[in-house]
Amino acid sequence: MTSVLESLNHALHTAMESDPRVYILGEDILDPYGGAFKVTRGLSTRFPDRVLTTPISEAAIVGVAAGMALRGLRPVAEIMFGDFVTLIADQVVNHAAKFRWMYNEQVRVPLVVRAPMGGRRGYGPTHSQSLEKMFLGVPGLKVVAPSALGDPGGLLLAAIAEDDPVLFVEHKLLYTRPLLEPGQGDLADFSLEIGGEPFPYFVLQPPYPPHLTIATYGYNFELVRTAALELMMDHEIFAEMVVFSQLSPFALTPLFDSLAQTRRLLTVEEGTLTLGWGAEVAARSIEVVSGLKVRRVAARDLPIANARSLEDVILPQVRDVVEAALSLI
Amino acid sequence: MTNDFVLYRTMLLIRRFEERILQEFSSGKLVGTTHTYIGQEADAVGVFSITEPEDIVFSNHRCHGHFLAYGGDPYRLIAELMGKATGLVGGRGGSQHIYWRNFYSNGIQGGIVPVATGMALAEKEKQSGHVVLVFIGDGTLGEGALYESLNLAALWRLPLLVILENNRYAQTTPVELAVAGSMAGRFAAFGIPVWERETSDVLEVRALAEQAICHVRSGAGPAALILHTYRFMAHSKGDDTRSPEELARIRQFDPLTIHARRLSLAELEQAESEVSALLAEAFARAEADSFPVLAE
Repeated sequence: MTSVLESLNHALHTAMESDPRVYILGEDILDPYGGAFKVTRGLSTRFPDRVLTTPISEAAIVGVAAGMALRGLRPVAEIMFGDFVTLIADQVVNHAAKFRWMYNEQVRVPLVVRAPMGGRRGYGPTHSQSLEKMFLGVPGLKVVAPSALGDPGGLLLAAIAEDDPVLFVEHKLLYTRPLLEPGQGDLADFSLEIGGEPFPYFVLQPPYPPHLTIATYGYNFELVRTAALELMMDHEIFAEMVVFSQLSPFALTPLFDSLAQTRRLLTVEEGTLTLGWGAEVAARSIEVVSGLKVRRVAARDLPIANARSLEDVILPQVRDVVEAALSLI
Repeated sequence: MTNDFVLYRTMLLIRRFEERILQEFSSGKLVGTTHTYIGQEADAVGVFSITEPEDIVFSNHRCHGHFLAYGGDPYRLIAELMGKATGLVGGRGGSQHIYWRNFYSNGIQGGIVPVATGMALAEKEKQSGHVVLVFIGDGTLGEGALYESLNLAALWRLPLLVILENNRYAQTTPVELAVAGSMAGRFAAFGIPVWERETSDVLEVRALAEQAICHVRSGAGPAALILHTYRFMAHSKGDDTRSPEELARIRQFDPLTIHARRLSLAELEQAESEVSALLAEAFARAEADSFPVLAE
């Protein structure tokens, strides 16, 4: 069975093989180490001239990549831990994401920044966060996150093919997950609708008319589908799941379609609650769907503790999703 | 036309352009802000007198002089400052954010240097032979992104020329309160060779820049050109806290006066009338242009 990690690694090999303009930059990405999470494994052996290991200089990594992109290359930069995106904020917000519009559509910045986010591994306050919400709504930037659904590698290739900067958010726990086969295993009872180009969304419809709609992305779909099964088995409550891979710009039409039926929205994410992805999803949904009830499940507004007993309470769990769903009904 | 004449005329074009801009701000025709290059003209004109047409430039908030010395059209620049659809970037960027051919500018201190470094990497990989020039100031020395970039440029032997124009003030803060240690030493620490001079003579700048660019173009890696210069006017418009005595004293380093000695009176008059006609036409034309409309 292919894992998400293998899918992403294979995609990088494919991208470098098929396009000599693709370069990879990042910290500790050379073989035999092959990157902190091994997504870049094997690349430096096959393409030694186009895989550039860097010093610990996140701002320069992304700035350099932006300059390469402006001059016709297609760089993919790795930020070792997504927590370090605070260090690249100026390069993303005031440079890479601005150039195309600010220079009146006369330039393109085909740049991908990959960043492993997420907790649940006991890495503590500065190596566990999901900071992508800070980059949602930045004009000119696309924020994309794979889940175990569909084709994560294909999603990465689509990001590399974009002419605009893309922040590609990979949850660490996703790497070892096998790709999910629709209609198989615990998803057997759900029918799957896929839409959206080039970054698809997935709508998983339960076997009976849904009582509520759960919107999520990335690794947190793992929590959501477990919760949806529990709701179905233990409570006879049917949840339709809408899983996004494009987080920003917000493109929520498939969600609105589901909400028109359920009028109950539950958002699930791993970033902190306040001003999170779910807050924007909820606001936009309320503007479109009348009589909507909303709950949000997210991390508490706290740093992420190292101790398991604390981290478990700070980050959302399956039971939080189930309880929030029940409170909506 | 002698080379000296062309150098003088370009410096004069910058001077008169910037004077006109300040005047237009005072009369309320222009809004927002601007950072004029008056006093520093020899830097850009000297440097761009020995660059190749395809070389790449990343400039900063004080970019008008760089742009005009690069060969940019004053009409497109003033149209941009006026916020006209015909401006360099359609009125989206204004004074600090312009783009034309291989000329880029952005209004973020320090942040432009990693981008310029990446451009230099791209040109090296493409084996284009082009050199990337990035303009910084004494104020930029406070930004960490600069040092990350110098490290990478030196490690990867990139065709990058960092031009540091030390006009001795970051807005209102004198270098004595902002810059510890040596400016050249900052580059030397990364093994980047430095060409440095205190001068407002365009021929001296040109000779020095030629050596620095030759080094970079030879493939030997990055270089730094440190030009100690003077900004005659405020940082932007009304923020000059320097004493009248100091402002009067630095006028002795006027690059136009220094270079004018090499020209005949007839040449000086010719330069003045050519620049005057060019700018009159550019401003009038830009003024008549229409404003951009946001497309949905």
